[in-house]
Amino acid sequence: MKNLLPIILFLLCLQTIAQTDSSFIKRTPADTNKLKMNMDAVYNRPFLTMGKFPVAIGGYVEANSSYFGTDGVTEGLSFQMPRLTLFISSSIKKRIKFLSEIEFEEGGKEIAIEFASMDIELHPLLNLRGGVIMNPIGAFNQNHDGPKWEFINRPFSATTIIPSTWSNVGFGLFGKYAMNNFVWAYEAYLTNGFDDKIISNPENRTWLPASKENPERFEESFNGVPLVTTKTAIRHRKIGEVGVSWMGGVYNQFRVDGIMVDKQRRIDLFAIDLNTTLPKINTYITGEWVWAMVEVPDNYTKEYGNKLRGGFLDVVQPILKRKILGWENSTLNLAFRTEYVDYNVGTFSETETNIADHIFAVVPGISFRPSALTVIRFNYRYHWQTDLLGNPAARTAGIQFGFSTYF
Amino acid sequence: MKKIILSIIIGSFFIITSCQKLMPPAPKDEDVLAGTIPGLTAEQEKEHLVGDASFGKIFTKEEGLGPIFVQTSCSNCHIGNGKGHPSTQLTRFANVNGSVIDYLLNKGGPQLQQHAILGYLPETLPTEANVFSKRIAPAVMGLGYIAALDDQSILNNADPNDINGDGISGRPNYVTPTSFFSPQSIHIPFNGQYIGRFGKKAEKVTIQDQVVFALKQDIGITSDFDTQDLFNYQLGVYTGDDIADPEVSSGFVHGLVFYMRTLKAPTRRNKDNADVIAGEKLFAQIGCTSCHTPSFTTAQSDISALSNQIFYPYSDFLLHDMGELLDDSFPEGSANGFEWRTPPLWGLGLAKDSQGGQMFLLHDGRAKTFEQVITFHGGEAASRRTAFNALSQGEKDQIFKFLESL
Repeated sequence: MKNLLPIILFLLCLQTIAQTDSSFIKRTPADTNKLKMNMDAVYNRPFLTMGKFPVAIGGYVEANSSYFGTDGVTEGLSFQMPRLTLFISSSIKKRIKFLSEIEFEEGGKEIAIEFASMDIELHPLLNLRGGVIMNPIGAFNQNHDGPKWEFINRPFSATTIIPSTWSNVGFGLFGKYAMNNFVWAYEAYLTNGFDDKIISNPENRTWLPASKENPERFEESFNGVPLVTTKTAIRHRKIGEVGVSWMGGVYNQFRVDGIMVDKQRRIDLFAIDLNTTLPKINTYITGEWVWAMVEVPDNYTKEYGNKLRGGFLDVVQPILKRKILGWENSTLNLAFRTEYVDYNVGTFSETETNIADHIFAVVPGISFRPSALTVIRFNYRYHWQTDLLGNPAARTAGIQFGFSTYF
Repeated sequence: MKKIILSIIIGSFFIITSCQKLMPPAPKDEDVLAGTIPGLTAEQEKEHLVGDASFGKIFTKEEGLGPIFVQTSCSNCHIGNGKGHPSTQLTRFANVNGSVIDYLLNKGGPQLQQHAILGYLPETLPTEANVFSKRIAPAVMGLGYIAALDDQSILNNADPNDINGDGISGRPNYVTPTSFFSPQSIHIPFNGQYIGRFGKKAEKVTIQDQVVFALKQDIGITSDFDTQDLFNYQLGVYTGDDIADPEVSSGFVHGLVFYMRTLKAPTRRNKDNADVIAGEKLFAQIGCTSCHTPSFTTAQSDISALSNQIFYPYSDFLLHDMGELLDDSFPEGSANGFEWRTPPLWGLGLAKDSQGGQMFLLHDGRAKTFEQVITFHGGEAASRRTAFNALSQGEKDQIFKFLESL
């Protein structure tokens, strides 16, 4: 609450100014230029600007209800407000920008700076970025705003293999080059990285999100070896975008006080992402697939896998686009997500049988967008979770209803 | 527009009223090994859930895991409360020289911890070890009934000198009790020792003995009942774990014990099937029930739901000479290498649902079918194996169907 106070006071001040002059605050809509790419997601958001005030603010909020059950056992109906996110951006000088994203999760239980960087444009092909950076691995990590998605839950692969939102302190370069209908882009950063919690955690599996629990990662590197993240993507104005990314580093503390206490153990993630809109029928398709390789010590238990993989594919079909309930250009969509994660790819040496530990899910849904900035969503989720040995899967299903909106 | 609004209202009503129908149904009680014994009070059910959470708890190095260990939680070996998998097999070792048994306690014995926390060296077998016993975890359901059995009921089936001449000479494993053992009215001492009824060789008197031993030897967790932590002797005494001991309280241990005491016994399936009935008769006819005693009745228990209950473990909880093929040369208590406690057969039909779709039977998981298990029977059980082999394939199949029904 102590942390919230200055922000609330700041917002109240803005409100007071707005009451004095209603034309003072202007909404800057999100840039819908088709040449915008996933890497532009941090800027491709609506902001409120105030006269000549150099700071613009924005944000989004999500709330939903859910009713889930696993193998006949349900915890009943519950309501969640998973996140309230505030954006603050500023053009410090021509071609020098600052942008930040602060997230309040689960009613303020967790407050995180997800993004806070300064960008200096030297040339469209050469920009410097420094601060808290969202590592460009896959597409979802950078492009994760709730109002952009028709599904209430984030994909498993994008939260439990790539631990979105995965951001770290660091520096790097990015740039774009456009020619005719094509844009090519790249990003390359050095940041702090993972720690050994990924294989020492109560999840009973190799669990990359465990590193997010270490608050020290914004202060210092766990082992002094930077995490390297690079991505390249190409977009065609009419076809869509394909991105390929890699993130790699060392996750363990191999040296203490100058003494080598272990070998360096690597973690590497490769991801491919794509999105396209089918012409004429406007079906929007987006997907991502990730492979993770983790050097787990040979003497570790089988639960902690050294290869993980997973991904998702979303298909969104607008079925109605017109004035609905008085809202111009409203859209009603049918949506379908299928997703899969395998937390432990391999076989048991003792039996030469497959190691399971995977989840397969399907999520049909309906979404209504009274405007591009707001989505009201209804999802039905069904997933099959198989344990390490491949015993009969635990079946979970749930109904979710909620909204997500920029403000 | 009205149609859309009407559709939304009707759709919402349908969804709200059918929430439950859109959820996956619960599996039948007979198809799972989880659940409580009938007759528990609401408070006892709650205690069971507390123990259930402890059973599934994954220990980390910050909580005292290891520094050397076999597994990180109870449920990783006893998946779904069922039998273990060869991938979680453990190894016990000793040096046996004639009648002199050295469990190599100063060399990491009696059990190998082949895993270690990050940056620490796991154990390897000491060169002095000359006997090894590989084992997979047993199922843990129905243990409360076995714990509530009085010693006399076990002794009633003992016939160490085969006085009845049936070729079977089961005997109890008398073991020296742990320092924290507190005898109950069900226990009958003999020369300061008590009858073991838990463990592959009946080497543990109570569930608590087993829990305290497994917490330490399997997970490297010390408790109020055993505060001495594990370490790798090859690295040096007391290395590796700087977490204060005990790492779990007596309450944690008691919670685990309560959980196992109140875990239900497996429910039989297809009991009325003609082949199952025929198989059960054949099972008795060829003498399997000489050791695999179908039923017992519990004594009075502090948990009233366990008092005076008939249960069907298909075991006599006695040691038997099982012959050369099953001889691991590893003695425990008064049990020799070739002697094993008759394993309860209940839950056998659900074994594959906790072992990844196929069965791994016997103490070390070497047998994949019922027929292979019977083939390994020797010693006292050789005559039963011979009788089984004399059956027609149809009769054998009936016995298998009976075993699957347990």
